[in-house]
Amino acid sequence: MEALDIARWQFGIVTVYHFLMVPLTIGLGTLVALLQTRWHKSGNEAYLRMTKFWGKVFLINFIMGVATGIVQEFQFGMAWSEYSRFVGDVFGAPLAMEALLAFFVESTFLGLWIFGWKKLPAKIHLACIWIAVCGSIVSAYFILVANSWMQHPVGVEMLDGRPVMVDAWAVFTNNTALVAFFHTITGAMAVAGGFLLGISWYQLWRRRKDGIDTVDATGRVIVGESATIPGRDKLDHSVWIKSLRIGAVVAMIAFAGSAISGDLSGKLMFEQQPMKMAAAEAACHDGTSFSILSLGDVGAKDCSDVVAVMEVPGLLSFLAHNDFDTNIKGVNTLVPEYQEKYGTHYPDEAKYGDLANTEINYVPIMPVTYWGFRMMIGFGGIAALAAAVALWVTRKGTVPQATWLMRLAIFGILAPFGANAAGWIFTEMGRQPFVVAPNPAMSGVDQVFMFTASAVSRGVSMGEMVFSLVALGTVYAVLLVVEVKLLTKYIRGGVVSAMPELDQTKKKHDDEHGPGAEGGDDVLAFAY
Amino acid sequence: MDFLPTLWFILIAVLWTGYLFLEGFDLGVGMLMKTFARDEKERRLLLNTVGPVWDGNEVWLLTAGGATFAAFPFWYASLFSALYIPLVFVLLALIFRAVAFEYRGKIHSDRWRTTWDWAIALGSFVAAFGVGAMLALTTTGLPLNENGDRVGGPFAWFTGYAVVGGLALVGFALVHAAAFIALKTDGEVRHRARRLVGRYLPFALLPMAVWAIAVAVENGKWFSWVLIAVAVVAAVASWVANRAGREGRSFLGLGGFLLAGVAAIFSAVFPVVLPSTLNPLWNLTVENASSSSYTLTLMSIVAAVGVPLVLAYQAWTYWIFRKRISVAHLPEPHDFAPAVGPAAGTAAVGGKN
Ligand code: HDD
Ligand code: HEM
Ligand code: HEM
Repeated sequence: MEALDIARWQFGIVTVYHFLMVPLTIGLGTLVALLQTRWHKSGNEAYLRMTKFWGKVFLINFIMGVATGIVQEFQFGMAWSEYSRFVGDVFGAPLAMEALLAFFVESTFLGLWIFGWKKLPAKIHLACIWIAVCGSIVSAYFILVANSWMQHPVGVEMLDGRPVMVDAWAVFTNNTALVAFFHTITGAMAVAGGFLLGISWYQLWRRRKDGIDTVDATGRVIVGESATIPGRDKLDHSVWIKSLRIGAVVAMIAFAGSAISGDLSGKLMFEQQPMKMAAAEAACHDGTSFSILSLGDVGAKDCSDVVAVMEVPGLLSFLAHNDFDTNIKGVNTLVPEYQEKYGTHYPDEAKYGDLANTEINYVPIMPVTYWGFRMMIGFGGIAALAAAVALWVTRKGTVPQATWLMRLAIFGILAPFGANAAGWIFTEMGRQPFVVAPNPAMSGVDQVFMFTASAVSRGVSMGEMVFSLVALGTVYAVLLVVEVKLLTKYIRGGVVSAMPELDQTKKKHDDEHGPGAEGGDDVLAFAY
Repeated sequence: MDFLPTLWFILIAVLWTGYLFLEGFDLGVGMLMKTFARDEKERRLLLNTVGPVWDGNEVWLLTAGGATFAAFPFWYASLFSALYIPLVFVLLALIFRAVAFEYRGKIHSDRWRTTWDWAIALGSFVAAFGVGAMLALTTTGLPLNENGDRVGGPFAWFTGYAVVGGLALVGFALVHAAAFIALKTDGEVRHRARRLVGRYLPFALLPMAVWAIAVAVENGKWFSWVLIAVAVVAAVASWVANRAGREGRSFLGLGGFLLAGVAAIFSAVFPVVLPSTLNPLWNLTVENASSSSYTLTLMSIVAAVGVPLVLAYQAWTYWIFRKRISVAHLPEPHDFAPAVGPAAGTAAVGGKN
């Protein structure tokens, strides 16, 4: 172990963690804006309730995205200063633009939305949430431009050993970035869809368990009302069944979008990072088949151990080239090619630390890439399938009473999160040993690439890295518990948790408190 | 002197000023949560004075950081990696503070709220101190080697300047926050905040003055002294306005102090952005730390569009929430039982239709 390994663990942990909040922010934010629009147009109170409830949950999650995002912005300089010096000319620009053009918009307009319920005219208030959501989406675009440049550098020239930007248009329309953007947004929508679906299922199940909703002989729902449980009126049923259906449909469409964009992404990857694709397939030898399942040690160097259990002949070739018989290069073919182009050993320079003068291993950790790729597609597919089943099961207006089904629905919320995390882990680890992967189309001496081994801050000691990893790790773990606890509380509370005015049982009690309680004109719409 | 790097040096100073001006008072409000506010109602009142705006204020920090990365990658890399440990604390403080704002009122229990109050107060203090120390060190120097990496171990940055800079921002944030509270609230709190400004303003601003004078003495440029004089005049004006009960002017006077003070400091060190205390040849300057002119041109265009836009809509936000608030405006905190019944059937009025 040296500082480099700690820095890698730290980056991986804080980034994947940040990306637990991010897709939910993007996806749920979009849905809340749509729901509020629907309410604005139709005046149907069910949509107001949906806006308020999902909006509340959205905010609990959003703040964690903000808090963990701050770390992201600074860690390049702190832990990866060599990297920052090398790429700063091109990489800093999208990062600064993200802050200036997206984060300001996001945070300011969300503040207006939260506190502006009574202060702003309805149309302007609605516009605020839309502007904030656009901010999130623009922020995703800029950060993916930055990240995609590391996957596929374009628009630069080498000057004094550093890439400098010569063509901003090329950087900002990098095909890798455009496809990744499409793929990431669809992935985020899948998360939000699954989230709506799972929680609404729980709420409908709860209504049945409490005996509020019942079903007739044909299984059709009979919507009821409870006088004693706050918020459980007839409209409440409509809130959840609508949410459930929206969630399921969004999850299915999002998966279809992920598959299309993922396929495009794959085609680019074959060209741009052939080693990553070979590693995703654990393919040592050239071939055309896509393995669905392989047994044995997919990480073994010589592949002697790998037995393909299920293979689809020609599919790999199709993924790469849209035909069934182009041979795709395996690891054994690629390694000598890489060695010839980028060297067999790390240069003997201090910035490579312990790795200086050692042999370069061009093969990413195959079990991670192989399973990461399959988990991404698998989790995504499972979620889409479950959404279809859920739509069918609930076609008569409510959910079955079975507890295990409800548990499954709640558990299923995690699947799209898992798909996103797996996708990132695959993308980032499949790029190793490069932090800036070489672009095979740019040839000659001035190829732009950087080994991860030379990217870390050389002035920062092992002890400092360990300290920050432990400190951030602990705090993140604690905050995850807190966030989940709060989400659970508000989700169980149902719509009342976001709309106290629905709580009829408390009315009498509240009157004692005078003006503040009932929301006279003077009272703030939302207060911490 | 190259034009673009100079322009970007000025722009980054502007971004820092924007950050210190805006987040200055919300950091201060955070610190006052545990000392100034007397009860739960007052604490909530304080929080709500910055409620709609603190997150937007914080983005000035992210933008200053991001712009430094884009325009002066060598400055960004050296400064942030040299101050690794203190910045970890700043990050943790900002994380806790942000989460606390949102989560504090979400569960009804004194212990829960007290815990988050501490998170806000300490988080604000540590963040203010850390950022102040970082800015002081970038103007007074760090032990950097030829490559721009810190030598001398994890605490080699620790000097008197770090402490002065830390105190400078903490002090400024405290009075700025008191002036802000006086401007934004009504009732007893308003008067108390005003008294606070009157009593502590001179002491709170002292460390910033020490920092500016130290930098001016070191680098000796006449216009730094002029700016320092302007800052002192602004501080006095602010104090006088506060005495006269002109809260708006007092608040703006502090802004003037900050603007002139930061300008004095940054203009004194120019063109050096981060001196090396080991060898002046290894100083990072606007020329040797900056990006290519292509990137700087691109970023200038983006800033020319983006910065005025941000100023416009942030100003609009402050306008929307311009009304003074008092404890009477706060809705009762609301708690709810889970909207679920005890057991199947018993609580429900079964629906038949
Ligand atoms: C595809 C989308 C995406 C990706 C890949 C990332 N982020 Fe992120 N980030 C967002 C999408 C996002 C967001 C949706 O815009 C967030 C999430 C919650 C939020 O408040 O905004 C956000 C918040 C957020 C914030 C706080 C903004 C605020 O205070 O309002 C910062 C500083 C960053 N991010 C920086 C980064 C960096 C440096 C990343 C790369 C390593 C990164 N993010 C990955
Ligand atoms: C602009 C943005 C990004 C940059 C500059 C970046 C850079 C890096 C660097 C320097 C590392 C450490 C070296 C390594 O071990 O790979 C890393 C690892 C990693 N990153 Fe990224 N990354 C970015 C975005 C992301 C995003 C948005 C994710 C999504 C969650 C992500 C996921 C990961 C993961 C999982 C690892 C761990 C892999 C490993 O340790 O080998 N990255 N990245
Ligand atoms: C809901 C389902 C899915 C989710 C949530 C998901 C998520 C992700 C994420 C977050 C990444 C990393 C970011 C990026 O490069 O865009 C990624 C990469 C990738 N995904 Fe998916 N994905 C899903 C389905 C699919 C499918 C169905 C395919 C293929 C047909 C696919 C192919 C890819 C490829 C090839 C990459 C790597 C791109 C690269 O490294 O250049 N994904 N996925």
